[in-house]
Amino acid sequence: MIELYKDLIIDHGLNPRNKYIMKNFTHHSKGFNHFCGDAFDIYLNISNNIITNISFNGTGCAISIASSSLMTIYLKDKHTKNIYEAFNYFQNLIKNNIIKQDKFDNFNLLANVRKFPSRIKCATLPWHITINSLK
Amino acid sequence: MNDNITKTIKNKFPIFNKHINGKKLHYLDNAAITHVPKTVVDSLLYFYCNINSNVHRGAYHLSEIATEKYEATRHKISHFIKSTDEKQCVFVKNTTEGINLVAFSYLKSILKEGDNIVISQMEHHSNIVPWYLLSKEMNIHLKIIPLLKSGDLDYKSIKNIINHKTKLISITHISNSLGTINNLKYIINIAHSKNIPVLIDGAQSMLHSTINVTTLDCDFFCFSSHKMYGPNGVGVLYAKKKYLTTMRPYQGGGEMIKHVSFSNVIWNDIPYKFEAGTPSIANIIAFGEAIDFLNSIDLDALFTYKKQLLHYMLNRLNEIKDLIIIGKPNVRTSIVSFIIKNIHAHDLGTIADHYGVSIRTGHHCSIPVMDFYGVAATARASLAFYNTTNDIDMLITALLHAKNIFSLK
Repeated sequence: MIELYKDLIIDHGLNPRNKYIMKNFTHHSKGFNHFCGDAFDIYLNISNNIITNISFNGTGCAISIASSSLMTIYLKDKHTKNIYEAFNYFQNLIKNNIIKQDKFDNFNLLANVRKFPSRIKCATLPWHITINSLK
Repeated sequence: MNDNITKTIKNKFPIFNKHINGKKLHYLDNAAITHVPKTVVDSLLYFYCNINSNVHRGAYHLSEIATEKYEATRHKISHFIKSTDEKQCVFVKNTTEGINLVAFSYLKSILKEGDNIVISQMEHHSNIVPWYLLSKEMNIHLKIIPLLKSGDLDYKSIKNIINHKTKLISITHISNSLGTINNLKYIINIAHSKNIPVLIDGAQSMLHSTINVTTLDCDFFCFSSHKMYGPNGVGVLYAKKKYLTTMRPYQGGGEMIKHVSFSNVIWNDIPYKFEAGTPSIANIIAFGEAIDFLNSIDLDALFTYKKQLLHYMLNRLNEIKDLIIIGKPNVRTSIVSFIIKNIHAHDLGTIADHYGVSIRTGHHCSIPVMDFYGVAATARASLAFYNTTNDIDMLITALLHAKNIFSLK
């Protein structure tokens, strides 16, 4: 009944995948949501432009944790250029509600965040941190 | 409990006709902002339709009326807080500006390297950051009265923290995150015995008690209209005349001078010396209406009612398994922070909103308090006298639903 909290979001929010501190990483960044005090670390291991491993750690709400979990699942084994492509899709999904039923299917579950403006930052935070880590 | 007392009061607040997500509004974020009675809204409309003009400027009818009503608010405020002279009440935009004004107009000019300012661990950022800025700029120390796990201040530590280099104690009356009511008289007595002036952050005070600045004997007291049923954008700095007369102006501009040349300026009298530029005239006049409203109701009876409502809320919150109330201060008011295990405060806030329940979630501009309790964020419910048991019941329903949603896996 609350459209934001679909089962898969709760699943990833409560049992996130890839949530651990990576020991051997090539890229890392830290990010905060000043609105709520949430803080995340993102770790990537990139070899020949391929993300061979990605993880996150930190504290946050179900939306930011689920978004981090879904993002890390998607980006693992992808080319780094896919990060920007996926982030563009994600931003369009959340800010403009442009949904395509394609390879980003799991992200589409987060589309309803659009209806909760104060929560959009929660969903996009892990993406911003990931992109920062590449700079 | 019987909440008949509040029903006629609630009808005076137009916002409660509004629906949120198809539900009645159950507003429990009064520590952030209180709603305004219709008389305050009417005052704003009346001002712009009938008076709109500047104060202390024009020799024409509208300006004279505006000036009269503007100064009438100052008179009402002064009377409301039992100041001995209305010249001791300076209009500012909010509590934050009042504190900044004292930091930069009073304290900065008397500080010497190695001096210190004493605040507490439970302060809102607005009673930390101005002093932090000053401490960096002037090379002075910021000393902190610690919190106890109960959410009370460690009063025993105060005597050891202050010394002959302490130039000000700036402390909140009521914690905006824990609901603790501090023993101001105790702190002021210690401070004055060492000739240290005391600033009270009174942002939360008016919602929970009446204030008598004269018997309290505080040197500075800052508060905001928007946390006492008035419009936002207005606050008051009360300061003893002996300080205001010697303090340098806060901002330069119109109104705050008697004469200006390019080589010399003569400051206006207090309080105008501190009111540079066109003030928030409509809001200040409407603030006067809010004071009239507070004077027209039985405040003591409503404060008693609100205490009963607090106990009702604490009892109902305690019914929820895995809900932890942050801090259990000895003397508290109806601001209650809590967490529920494994559910982030923001998720609680979104789910509560679905029921029309407005609660604050996050760090409440008190990150040192959050760090002390080892939490990133809490949910906070804060009451005003227009709240009812029904508002609290709806909060509990929403929290139980949140628990249900988050127990799927």
